[in-house]
Amino acid sequence: MSRAVRAGVAVAALAVLGALIVWAVSDLRGVGHPPGVNSARVAPILAHERQAANAVNGVTFDMRGSDTLGEEMILFAAALGVSVLLRAARDPREVQVAAEDDVNRRGAISGALRASAATLVGPMIVFGLYVVTHGQLTPGGGFQGGVILAAALLLTYAGGQVLAVQRTDPVALVEVSEAVGALAFALVALGGVVFAGVLMANFLPFGEIGALLSSGTIALLSVVTGVEVTAALALILTEFLDQTLLRDA
Amino acid sequence: MGVAPYIVAGWLLVVGLYGAITSRHLVCMVLCLAVAQASTYVLLLAVGYKTGAAAPIYSTTVMPGAPVVDPVVQALALTDVVVEATVSAVLLALIVRAGQRFRTTDPDELGELHG
Amino acid sequence: MTAVQACALVAVLVCGTATALVREPVRQALTGGVFGVALALLFFAYQAPDVALSQVVVASVAVPLMVLLAVAKL
Repeated sequence: MSRAVRAGVAVAALAVLGALIVWAVSDLRGVGHPPGVNSARVAPILAHERQAANAVNGVTFDMRGSDTLGEEMILFAAALGVSVLLRAARDPREVQVAAEDDVNRRGAISGALRASAATLVGPMIVFGLYVVTHGQLTPGGGFQGGVILAAALLLTYAGGQVLAVQRTDPVALVEVSEAVGALAFALVALGGVVFAGVLMANFLPFGEIGALLSSGTIALLSVVTGVEVTAALALILTEFLDQTLLRDA
Repeated sequence: MGVAPYIVAGWLLVVGLYGAITSRHLVCMVLCLAVAQASTYVLLLAVGYKTGAAAPIYSTTVMPGAPVVDPVVQALALTDVVVEATVSAVLLALIVRAGQRFRTTDPDELGELHG
Repeated sequence: MTAVQACALVAVLVCGTATALVREPVRQALTGGVFGVALALLFFAYQAPDVALSQVVVASVAVPLMVLLAVAKL
């Protein structure tokens, strides 16, 4: 069907969908008065039993930890998929040209960009590490801090510093750390089976609410998630960049 | 206007779907999908919100026992945001490969499978 | 509903409509970044700082970056 006919059919169908949605929500209780009784119970349980000040991360890594295990595997699979898709198309000559291009590019980047990138990278890494390690105390956690750290890595690239590291080991650092992160998450989940008989059980000592070493496996899983997300996102972005970041040149 | 967030969520879904259906570039479809996914975040957070309650982060100002909004729904929305990022990454990689293979990014021209 | 929540809802509505109706990928990526920030403001207004932080880093850093890199490779 032609574009115009398709647009017409789409508008008609979406108008019907919109009408159905309006009809469905008009009977709902207004926002601000959640009807369930359990929604008020979760946060105090997390605060008193698990000593987790950040109830959202407590739910993410403890009460609904299996969902987060699945989410980490989704991230791992997505990084794997992007690598497979984009590496198959990579021409070795293209990589050579890109590496030479990179060396020439350093001269073309303005001094202001290089200076501001150099100034910002350090604070960004410190801030990312703070967000990752304080997941059980303040808003943040593994995922947010991981993306901040990956962005700091890419800022180094944007500022003109090539990050190819000559290593004797041919396997790239980002790939290893991503696999280590995903494996560590699964191992902590299995540790719940080993130490407490239940998958994803919170088996480490809980400490006191508000302290840095509190809430058992929640803090540990936050750090593990941070490692995996940093590595996965850096891998995805470097595949798109077609660059040899942290890989043997 | 207690149901305003739900109406906004419904509108975002409808507009995102319309943008995806009438787009002429594959990358535009990915971003319209992101708009449609945003409707689910708004819906989830509106369900868990309690008037006059604080964020579910306990500290010296919000002691355990004070009314807080529902943290389970926020954890679901958090997972939703992460999944959106990963799905966008895989879709963009597919689009790059399709663009290199077929030399076009118009979804209408990609419609036929050539033998 | 507080004034901040009402303003945030209106901002999300306008930015979402704009993002879905822009037809060019690079421009849409930037509009999508603004939409992400508007959503983050909405999440803050609805007492969800964790989700807001995630949304800011994903929709303003990760997704526009990937879109621009993909468009550059095409």
